[in-house]
Amino acid sequence: MTLILALFAAVSVASPLLTRWLSTRVFYVIALLPAAVFGITLAQTPTIASGGVIEEKIEWIPQLGIALTSRIDALGWLLALVVTGVGALVLVYCARYFDADEPGLGRFAGLLLAFAGTMYGLVTSDDIIVMFMYWEITSILSYLLIGHYTGRKESRGAALQALLVTTFGGLVMLVGVVMISSFAGTTSIASIVSEAPQGAGPTVAILLILVGALSKSAIVPFHFWLPAAMAAPTPVSAYLHAAAMVKAGIYLVARLAPGYADIPGWQALLVGLGVWTMIVGAWRSLRQYDLKLVLAYGTVSQLGFLMVITGFGSRDAALAAAALLLAHALYKATLFLVVGIIDHQAGTRDWRKLSGLWRSTPSLFVITAIAVASMAGIPPLLGFVAKEAVFGAFVEAAIEGDFWGWVALVGTAVGSVLTVAYSARFLWGAFGNRKKIVPTELHTDGWGIQFAPAFLALATVVLGIAVPLLDPLLALYADTVPGEGHYHLALWHGLEPALFISAAVLVLGGLLFWRRRGVARLQEKVPPLVDASRGYWAATQGVDRLSAKITIFAQRGGLSQYLSTILVVFVLALGLTATLGRTWPSGIRWFDSPAQLVVAVVMGIAAIAAALAKQRMTAVLLAGVTGFGMVGLFALHGAPDLALTQALVETITVVVFVLVLRRLPVKIAQHNKPEQRTRRLIIGVLVGLVMGTIGLIALGARQAPSIAAELPRLAYEEGHGRNIVNVMLVDIRAWDTMGELSVLVVVATGIASLLFVSGRAKALPRLSGSRNQRRADNRRNVIDDPQTTEHPESVHRQSWLLGGLKVSSENRSVLLEVLVRLLFHPAIVVSVFLLFVGHNSPGGGFAGGLLAGLALVFRYLAGGRYELGEAAPIDPGKVLGVGVLLAVGTAIGSLFFGGEILQSAYLEADVPVLGHLSIGTSSIFDVGVYLVVIGLTLDILRSLGAEVDRQQEDTDLEAGTDDDFTPAEVRP
Amino acid sequence: MTASLTLVVLMAVMYGTGIYVMLERSLTRLLIGFLLVGNATNILIFLMSGPSGSAPIVTGTAADENMVDPVPQVLMLTAIVINFGVVAFILALVYRSWWLAQLGDEGDTLTDEHAGETEASTEAAFAAVDEDDLAIQQVLDASNEHGDTDSDSGPIEDDPEAREKERR
Repeated sequence: MTLILALFAAVSVASPLLTRWLSTRVFYVIALLPAAVFGITLAQTPTIASGGVIEEKIEWIPQLGIALTSRIDALGWLLALVVTGVGALVLVYCARYFDADEPGLGRFAGLLLAFAGTMYGLVTSDDIIVMFMYWEITSILSYLLIGHYTGRKESRGAALQALLVTTFGGLVMLVGVVMISSFAGTTSIASIVSEAPQGAGPTVAILLILVGALSKSAIVPFHFWLPAAMAAPTPVSAYLHAAAMVKAGIYLVARLAPGYADIPGWQALLVGLGVWTMIVGAWRSLRQYDLKLVLAYGTVSQLGFLMVITGFGSRDAALAAAALLLAHALYKATLFLVVGIIDHQAGTRDWRKLSGLWRSTPSLFVITAIAVASMAGIPPLLGFVAKEAVFGAFVEAAIEGDFWGWVALVGTAVGSVLTVAYSARFLWGAFGNRKKIVPTELHTDGWGIQFAPAFLALATVVLGIAVPLLDPLLALYADTVPGEGHYHLALWHGLEPALFISAAVLVLGGLLFWRRRGVARLQEKVPPLVDASRGYWAATQGVDRLSAKITIFAQRGGLSQYLSTILVVFVLALGLTATLGRTWPSGIRWFDSPAQLVVAVVMGIAAIAAALAKQRMTAVLLAGVTGFGMVGLFALHGAPDLALTQALVETITVVVFVLVLRRLPVKIAQHNKPEQRTRRLIIGVLVGLVMGTIGLIALGARQAPSIAAELPRLAYEEGHGRNIVNVMLVDIRAWDTMGELSVLVVVATGIASLLFVSGRAKALPRLSGSRNQRRADNRRNVIDDPQTTEHPESVHRQSWLLGGLKVSSENRSVLLEVLVRLLFHPAIVVSVFLLFVGHNSPGGGFAGGLLAGLALVFRYLAGGRYELGEAAPIDPGKVLGVGVLLAVGTAIGSLFFGGEILQSAYLEADVPVLGHLSIGTSSIFDVGVYLVVIGLTLDILRSLGAEVDRQQEDTDLEAGTDDDFTPAEVRP
Repeated sequence: MTASLTLVVLMAVMYGTGIYVMLERSLTRLLIGFLLVGNATNILIFLMSGPSGSAPIVTGTAADENMVDPVPQVLMLTAIVINFGVVAFILALVYRSWWLAQLGDEGDTLTDEHAGETEASTEAAFAAVDEDDLAIQQVLDASNEHGDTDSDSGPIEDDPEAREKERR
C-alpha cells in the first residue's frame, strides 16, 4: 500500500509534464492508477468478507511510535472503493470536461490525482498521526483545486474560506489526536478504538477530534464553506465536495463510533448538529437558482443526515450509515457531473435559463432521474434501501424511549421531506420546460462525457437490487459497534413503520414541490436564524484588524525601537528569573592569570572607547582591538585553534569594514548626533548586568560531568586525530559543520548578488594579454583597458605586482607591493600545511582557508582589483561549489559503502615534512571546508572590494573627479 | 564550577557597550555594536570551558590530564566564522542600500519606517481578501430565490456570470 501511495506521488509529479505531451488525454492515462487500485481493492474482497484485514507496517519514527501502518478492514475497504472508483471516473470525465487550452491543466491533473492518492492513504492508514497528515494534505489540495481559476475573485475567496475553516478544525483535531494517542499509549487507530481509554481526558480528546470531523464534513456551524467551494471546477465538486473529502469527517466518526459512541456529549453533538445541518441545508437548497448550488446545499444537508446516522452509535445505525455513505457518493457524484455537462453544453447553470433539456438530451435525463430518485429514496434504488435502514434504526431506538432516537427520527424525516422537494426541484429545474423560454440549445461534443455519470447511475441501480450481496460486507463494519442488532439491508422488509415513513416523506415532499410558490413565499418570511458565513466574515476581519492594531501599537518606529522593545523584554523576563536564581558558582576566582586581567582591561577600555568614539573608523578599529584581545584570551587559555582562527577573522573583518566605510560619505561619520543617550545607556547597562548574572548562574548550574572526558579517546581512536577540536569539526560534529558551510555559501551568494546587480557569474577583470605582460621586458608597457581611468604616470614605474600598473601612483605603496610579492606564495603554502596538519595540531580547514583568504586580501590591497583577478582568475561560485561538493560527497559517500552518513574511513601513511598522516574521508571534508572559506573570502573581496572600486570609478568618471575619498555627487 | 570574575565582568561590559552602540540610528554603528555583542557572546560560551589548561590536543603525556573542555571551543570556532560571514553580509546590505538608492549623506540613518502607519493605511492591505470574500458572497446571494419572481420563468437580471464578465 505504501507502494501504491508512492506511485500516486510519482505520477502526480509527472502529470504536468505528461499534460504537455498528451493535452487532455492525460486524464485517461492517470485515471488508470486509481482504476487499478480500485481493482486491487476489489480483489481483496474475499479476505474482507471472511472477516480478515489487510495490514502493512513500515516503521517511520519509532521513537514516537509513529509508523506508516495501513490496515484495510470492512470500513476502510468500502471507503477505498468509493475513493478510487469515483476518482477514476471523475478523471475520465475530466478528459472531456476540459478543453485543451484550459490554463493550469497540468497542475490541475497532478493535484486531482494527488488528492485521490491522499484520500486512499487517509482511509487505509491505521496510524492516527499519519492519518492526520493525510487529513491536512487533503485540506491543502482542496484549497488549490477550489482556487483553480486563479484569476477569479470568488474562486480565491472560496478557496481561502475552505482552507481556513478546515484547517481550523484540523488544528483543534490535532490537539485531540495527540491527547488520545497519549491516553491510549498507542497511535494505532484500531487499538485506540478497541481498547478505548475511559475518563474525562479521553472524552475531551474525542470531542476535540469531532470538531475536526465536523469542519471537514461541513456540519453547522462550519457548513458555509461547502457552497462557497462550488467556485471550483465541477469535477472537483463531484469528487472532493460530494464523494471523497467531505466524507473524511463521516469516515472518522464511523471509525471512532465503535469505541466512543457512548461517551458523554457524543450523541448530543453529532445528532443535534447533524439534524440541524440536514434541515438548514435542505431549506436553503430549495431556494437556489444555480443548479450547482442546489446540489451544494443538498450535499450540506445530506452530510448532516450522514452525521446523524453515523454518530448515532447503534449497530443497525452503523449498517445504515455505511449503506447511506455509499449511496450518497454514487448519486451525488452523478448529479454534480450532470450539472457539469449541462453547464458545459448549455453555457449556464441557472435553471431559469434552461428549457426542454429532457427532450434534447434524453440519455442525460434518464441518468439524472435515476440519481435524483436515489437521493429522494424511491425504490428499488440504493438510496431507498439506505433510507429505509436509517428510519428502521431510528424507529427501533425511538420505540425504546431514547430521547435522541426521537430527535433523530423526527429531524431526519423532516429533512427527508425537504430532500424530496429539492430533488424534484433539481430534476424539474434542469430538464423541465419553461413557457417563456425557447428550448435551450446544447453544444454536444460526443457521448463520452456521459460515461462517468452513466456508470455511477448504473451502480446505483445494480447495488440497489443486489443489496443482499452488499449486506454481509457492510454488516462486518456494523458488527464492530457494540449492542444488539439484527437488521439486514433489503428492498422489502414487509409493512414496517419505516416503510410508512418513507411513503409519507415522498408524499409530503411531492406536495412541497407542487406548492413551491407558497413555500417560497413562506421561506421569504422566515429570517435566517444564524448566518454562519457572515460570522466567518466578521471573525476573519476581526482577526485581521486586531493584528493590524497590535502591529501598529507595537511596531511604531524603526529598527532601534524594535531592538529596544526586544531588549527590554529580555531584561525583564530573564532579569527577573535571574534574581530568583539559586545556582551560583561554587567559587569565584579573580582571574586565571595576571595576563588575562591585563588583556581583559585593555579589551574593556577598547569596548567603552568604541562606544564613545565619534569617528566611525576609530570605532571599527577599537572594536577590532576587542577582537584581537579575544585572540590573547584564547591563547592564554589553551585554545590555539580559536586563537588562530580569531586572529585571521579579525584581520579580514577590519579590512572588509574599511573597504566599505571608505566608500560611504565621510559626513555620515561626523554628524552622528547622539540621540536618546540616557535611554540607550540604561538599556545597555541593564543588558550587561543581566548577561553577567546569567553567566554566573550558568556556571553554577553546570553540575553533571562534562562530556569532554570521553572526547580524547573518541578523537584519537575513532577519529584518528590528536587535535580534538578539529576532529570534532570534521568528524564527530560534522553535521553541524555541514550546516555552517551552507550558511557560508548562502552568505557569499547573498553578498555577491547584493553587489553585482547584473549577475554574479561575471569574472573579475583581468589584464588584457596578461600572459604576455608577465614577461619581464613587457612590464613597462601601457595596458589599454577602457574599463578604467588611465594613469599615464604609472607607465614609467616598475611595478612589483602585475595589477599595480592599474593603480594610480598616489595610491600605491612600494613597501606593500614588495611584501605581498614576497609573502603571497609562502602564505598559500602555509595555508595548505595548516589544512593538512589540522587533524593533529592546531589548524584545519577553517584556519587554512582564512589564511589563504588573507593572502588574497593583501594581494588586493596592494594591487587593486586587477591584481585580484590575476591572483584568483576563477569564479568564487565554482570554488564554493567544489567545496560543498567535496563536503557533501564525503558525507553521503559512506552510504555507498554500507556506512552511516558522514562515517569516516582512514588510510594512514608517513609523509615527509608533514609527519605521520592519517588521510581519511574527514580530511577530504576538511578540504571542502577550506575551499568554502576561500570562496567566501573571494566573494567578499570581489564584491565589497573590486566591485565597489568599479562603481566608484564609474561615478568618478561621470562626476569628473578622481579623488578616491571624495564622496560621489548624488545623481538626481 | 568556579568562575573567573574578570571574564564575567568583561563579558558584561562588552554586552553593555555593544547594546549601547547597537541602539544608535546608524547602520554602520549598529554593525559595530553587533561586533562587540558577537565577541561578548563568544566570551559567554568561553566561560563555560572552565579554568584554563593545556590545549585539547592528545599528546599521550601527563599534560592530557589538564586539558580544557574542547566542546565550547568547537562551538565558538563555528560561531567566529559565521559571525564573520554575517558581518560581511550586513556590510554588503549597508553599501547596497546606500549605493542603489543614491541616498547620499542620509544613507546610513535608520528611519522610523512604520511611524506613519495608521489603521486606515493598513485597511488597503486587507482590501484584496475582503473583495474575494465579498465576491463569493455575492455569487451565493445571487442564486438565492427572491419571493416575487415567477419561478417558472421570469426575467434574469441578476446573473453571476454576466457580472463576472463585467468585472473583467
